[in-house]
Amino acid sequence: METDKSKIGSFLFNRSVQGFFYQIITLGLVALGIYYIVTNTARNMLERGLASGFHFLGVESQFDIGMTLIEYSPTSTYFDSFIVGLLNTLLVAGIGILFATIIGFTVGIMRLSSNWLIAKIAEAYVEILRNIPLLLQIFFWYFAVLRALPKPKQSLELYDSFFLNNRGLFIPDTVFGEGSSIIFYLLWITIIISIGIFIWAKRRQNRTGERFPAFYVSTALILGTFFISLAATGFPVSFEYPELKGFNFKGGVKLIPELVALTFALAMYTASFIAEVVRGGIMAVSKGQTEAAKSVGLKQNLILRLIIIPQALRVIVPPLTNQYLNLTKNSSLAAAIAYPDLVLVFAGTALMQTGQAIEIIGMVMGVYLFLSLFTSLIMNLFNRFMKVDGER
Amino acid sequence: MNTMRISFLGLVCSVLMVPAAFAGTLDTVKSQGFFNCGVSQGVPGFSNPDADGNWSGIDVDVCRAVSAAIFGDPDKVKYVPLTAKERFTALQAGEIDVLSRNTTWTLSRDAQIGLEFAGVNFYDGQGFMVRKDSGITSAMELDGASVCTNLGTTTELNMADFFRANGMAYEPVVFEKADEVVNAYDEGRCDTYTTDKSGLAAQRTKLADPDAHVVLPETISKEPLGPVVREGDGDWADVVRWSLNAMIEAEEFGLTQSNAKTECALTSNPVVARLCGKEGGTGAGLNLGDSWSYDIVTKVGNYGDVYEKHVGENTPVGLARAGSPNASYKNGGVLYAPPAR
Repeated sequence: METDKSKIGSFLFNRSVQGFFYQIITLGLVALGIYYIVTNTARNMLERGLASGFHFLGVESQFDIGMTLIEYSPTSTYFDSFIVGLLNTLLVAGIGILFATIIGFTVGIMRLSSNWLIAKIAEAYVEILRNIPLLLQIFFWYFAVLRALPKPKQSLELYDSFFLNNRGLFIPDTVFGEGSSIIFYLLWITIIISIGIFIWAKRRQNRTGERFPAFYVSTALILGTFFISLAATGFPVSFEYPELKGFNFKGGVKLIPELVALTFALAMYTASFIAEVVRGGIMAVSKGQTEAAKSVGLKQNLILRLIIIPQALRVIVPPLTNQYLNLTKNSSLAAAIAYPDLVLVFAGTALMQTGQAIEIIGMVMGVYLFLSLFTSLIMNLFNRFMKVDGER
Repeated sequence: MNTMRISFLGLVCSVLMVPAAFAGTLDTVKSQGFFNCGVSQGVPGFSNPDADGNWSGIDVDVCRAVSAAIFGDPDKVKYVPLTAKERFTALQAGEIDVLSRNTTWTLSRDAQIGLEFAGVNFYDGQGFMVRKDSGITSAMELDGASVCTNLGTTTELNMADFFRANGMAYEPVVFEKADEVVNAYDEGRCDTYTTDKSGLAAQRTKLADPDAHVVLPETISKEPLGPVVREGDGDWADVVRWSLNAMIEAEEFGLTQSNAKTECALTSNPVVARLCGKEGGTGAGLNLGDSWSYDIVTKVGNYGDVYEKHVGENTPVGLARAGSPNASYKNGGVLYAPPAR
């Protein structure tokens, strides 16, 4: 009896047994909570006469969208409107990230300049832009852009092919005629060859120490092949010019002012944060590194490229990822200025017309979650690639 | 943005958490002593706040009539301004009890999203406003135009129908808030601004130079606007429906806010006597006192009083009633209330 009791006691008071027991309890409570929420939601929706399910995705939407990257009309389905909104969100986030990175790196490096004026201009940029709420900046750029631009009939024009007015920027569209597909195949092939050249050059340098101008060679290869193939196929490329017809320009490619203002505001705002990240990253590289590089006789641009930036990037990439995620999520402010992004089109119009808030908001949240996790994944891979060998 | 988030949160919380059974809205309203009425963020003549935050307009007066019917006092109402996008969610979530915000009665709203329409207090139709100097005189000349409008409205669908039916192209520019639509149109982002014609007349007063704009003659849709309640609470829907009907019937039988006292004392007409609460006991079925309709007429007014006060020809909105569908059926309109008996 004695021994049995103490066995049970030692079993009950065993740390790992207790830990397991509490985990089971917690898991059970969470599962119960989820079950309660799901069944209660379904019952309440039924009771209040709310439609549920995803059947609406296959129904004709019957509304139109101002800017679409795929073919879309009021007879397209709600699912098509979802894709249109998603692509518009990706477009603004993609362009925004590109420009924010360029501006951010430039301003960040400017802030470290020994030239007083340049450093102060960069500082003023950062302090002003990061301290004004983004929504206000979006409104500012939108209405500033609109007010400054002329009406369609008084458009600003360049060579009769570029037009700018308060309906947007109109540029000629390139139309690829028959036989142009060969050009693109060649383009892809030369790009793959170039990547091969880079890998080969790197290996050779590791082995022999000799450098090979891989960048210039591959650029020449890609551009050369492109133009030669263009000439060989007899230039199967034509341009479609925008033309003023009635109220607006028709033909060509059109960039609506909402897109311009939103991209501009997002890029400028996020760039002010990226600038600080870059400055911090560069300052984190110890001065001894530069001095050592100088003492072995490296040139200034090589010091920056081979010594400073690789080490700085290790510090820069994780917070830079945060900024990219912020920019993507902030793009949902598009709804305020009529840019048809996912939130405006799908969580706005489509939600209103179908009334299926739970399904639609769920889908939109899922999309932002996926985009953020995907961006994180890419940046983590990049970070792993950038890390110094042997470092953990 | 904030109220939108809150109402979404409200919907989600209420749908997720609230136990299935809940007390009738009328009982709840009676015990708490007021109810919440969802209105617009400011449409002159329909629901618009003055400098002191007092709401007025024909949509507001529907809520005031309901309040007068229940409490004998038209001011037991809390007004909740909502964007078009937020309004249904707010109603479903229980944030408001009546939605009186120039809302169009359609099949999908009635059948699909858990709403019940309690009647029509304004018969409207969608139109277009353009700048006078554009030289446009008909909506059929709008091929290729940029069109500014409001998110979450029947307007978005009607304009798609209209341009598609007439084989014309257009560029929709859709904003979440009505003020942003007006602003963008005023800045020249769009060639035309489309919404219900009453809305155009009301919003025109907000433009920098109202006289530089003109509403085109075409009406491209039917927009019966009226108060809305949650589906599945028939008692509450009845109170709202009959408050509106009483205003319309009072006008038909010549009972106005100014003459109701004397008329009620003298009348020998049984219909008027019922409206005055002297005969028939109409309140019992609605769980209201018998003077409910008398309180509406004396404290808020009949339909004609309300119309002329807020949107009639002598107001800035200036919508003529004669010859429009909003005239009584006796004068060639379609305004017709079932008998309150």
